[in-house]
Amino acid sequence: MKIHEYQAKELFRQAGVPVLNGHVARTPEEAAAAFDKLGGSLAVIKAQIHAGGRGKGTVAEHPEQRGVQLVRSADETREVASRLLGNRLVTIQTGEPGQTVNQVFIEQGCDIARELYLGIVLDRAVAKPVLMVSAEGGVEIEEVAAESPEKIFKEHFDPAVGLDSYQVRKLCKKLGIEGKAVRAAETFMKAVCRTYVDLDCAMLEINPLVITGDGQMIALDAKVTFDDNALFRHPDIKELRDLSEEEPAEVRAADTGLSYVKLEGNIGCLVNGAGLAMSTMDIIKYHGGQPANFLDVGGGANTQQVTEAFRILLSDPNCKAVLVNIFGGIARCTTIAAAIIEAGKEVGFNIPLVVRLEGTEVEEGRKMLAESDIDIITANDLTDAAQKVVAAIS
Amino acid sequence: MSILVDANTKVICQGITGSAGSFHTRGCKEYGTQMVGGVTPGKGGQTAEGLPVFDTVEEAVAETGADATMIFVPPPFTADAILEALDAGIKVIAAITEGVPVLDMVRVYEKVRASGAHLIGPNCPGLITPGACKIGIMPGYIHQVGKVGVMSRSGTLTYEAVWQTSNLKLGQSTCVGLGGDPIVGTSFIDLLEMFEQDPQTEAILMIGEIGGSAEEEAAAYVKEHVTKPVAAFIAGRTAPPGKRMGHAGAIISGGKGTATEKVAALEDAGIVVAPSPADMGKAVLEAMGR
Repeated sequence: MKIHEYQAKELFRQAGVPVLNGHVARTPEEAAAAFDKLGGSLAVIKAQIHAGGRGKGTVAEHPEQRGVQLVRSADETREVASRLLGNRLVTIQTGEPGQTVNQVFIEQGCDIARELYLGIVLDRAVAKPVLMVSAEGGVEIEEVAAESPEKIFKEHFDPAVGLDSYQVRKLCKKLGIEGKAVRAAETFMKAVCRTYVDLDCAMLEINPLVITGDGQMIALDAKVTFDDNALFRHPDIKELRDLSEEEPAEVRAADTGLSYVKLEGNIGCLVNGAGLAMSTMDIIKYHGGQPANFLDVGGGANTQQVTEAFRILLSDPNCKAVLVNIFGGIARCTTIAAAIIEAGKEVGFNIPLVVRLEGTEVEEGRKMLAESDIDIITANDLTDAAQKVVAAIS
Repeated sequence: MSILVDANTKVICQGITGSAGSFHTRGCKEYGTQMVGGVTPGKGGQTAEGLPVFDTVEEAVAETGADATMIFVPPPFTADAILEALDAGIKVIAAITEGVPVLDMVRVYEKVRASGAHLIGPNCPGLITPGACKIGIMPGYIHQVGKVGVMSRSGTLTYEAVWQTSNLKLGQSTCVGLGGDPIVGTSFIDLLEMFEQDPQTEAILMIGEIGGSAEEEAAAYVKEHVTKPVAAFIAGRTAPPGKRMGHAGAIISGGKGTATEKVAALEDAGIVVAPSPADMGKAVLEAMGR
């Protein structure tokens, strides 16, 4: 699960990770009031969307407007906010349509001496979280990782213990952090590592992390995602979810217990199991087609879930044919067959439907479909299914 | 011979009184697995599926001599259930449960690795030595006693692979579902080592997917240490970056973990990579013919 920057900073503040004062605003008036409330002569206004690259992103409706801007008065804040709010911000991560800005964050300015990068992720290879820092702050860290990986310094830590002091000293030495800032770094780095563990984060990224002229360390940006599997431990974090940032069909699928990802193609897929679902996308492409989605109905899918899965697939206007690929294990072919018949009655199939069934109760399932009055193209195996569905749309 | 489990393996089910636990205990019994009991805290003394239920794994092991377990307890309690099985001296632990918090697994992983026991999963279909012992949720009838060692990060895709090798009359020695999570107890390398030493296994089929670097590490190991023919398939060639494809582990992040990188590493190690998921069985035949 993703959250907004302003939400992440509030969590940081509660956890003792230094951040600047700031206020979230949903109207230009609120934004102007927020500038006055901060009381300074300079502030930064930042569009709040889940995607990254906001600083370089531009507003579709006002191409001269970027997603992040320095402001020097309440009036200027109001003007910038009115260009951002309700409009679409297009960044390198959002793709062409962009993402609608529903709120902006107005934050104090600060005296920046240095900009660093800090990130924490799980290192799967050693099964431990890893703290990564780099002196190349404020830039695309993926580029640094690709071009000069030696500029990224890493320390693994045990979640039960957290980061040790000597690890901070090692990192400070490599980053050239000296004097008073070493103390600040120790407090800061230990606090973010503890936060990563306490909140069950999947990824925590601060880019840039700044050192101020007087040696303080401050999180100038904050990007945090959470382990969905651990949200049951954090009801307060679950509340921070912003459904307007997510693909509606994906939300609807998740509510039904389905795993769905929308893609750009025109062949809808309905499959049981994540690996088989990915492979079904692959084999469609292998035979010259383009999958419209990833959809895993899961092992224990019932008729209602599978029927809802069909509704979601058929509501995608790009979807020109559907391929059902089921290898029944726990999921029974008869359940799927019943759902196909149900969906046929309820929503109706006006596009070609290719069905490949194998596994538990396959004979009964095939018989049910053969006896129904739904127009089905039957496939014998994976290749046959992919070829038939690709042929059906061309 | 086979790896990890055989006809002598005695199995308990942790979470036997739940709906999934009881359903699959029955399935394993029907397949011929020596199911000897179950554990549900607070339900000791009852019976489930004709088997005795115990409050603790320690008691279950003392009373039944169990040396393997399959875990169906809900995600918040799975890490604890694994640690309890370890503590009781169980040697093969299959955690079927999906949705375990990854930091719970960080804690468990280190203890499992230090213990010498084998944890399969979590979020996996389990493991099976055809004709001898099935521990998990896979449909038994698609398997056939034979010569291919199958290891996979995915469930239903493994069934597909097994089905193809059965149809080609190759059969399987042992099939292990590693699990689709970012941290799982057993790696491809652990199994490569076991399959290499197992006389029944004549070829190895590895089914990977996008995300992480387990396949690249396995490829490097094959190059150095494996003499038997190896075939592979990687799921997710068409997956876009940054999107989780069902499995928590199946995500391309920061441009890493793509299928293209994995296929290149595998081919470089002399592994036959199936271009399509329909050709996994054929890829094994091709590897064996080389």
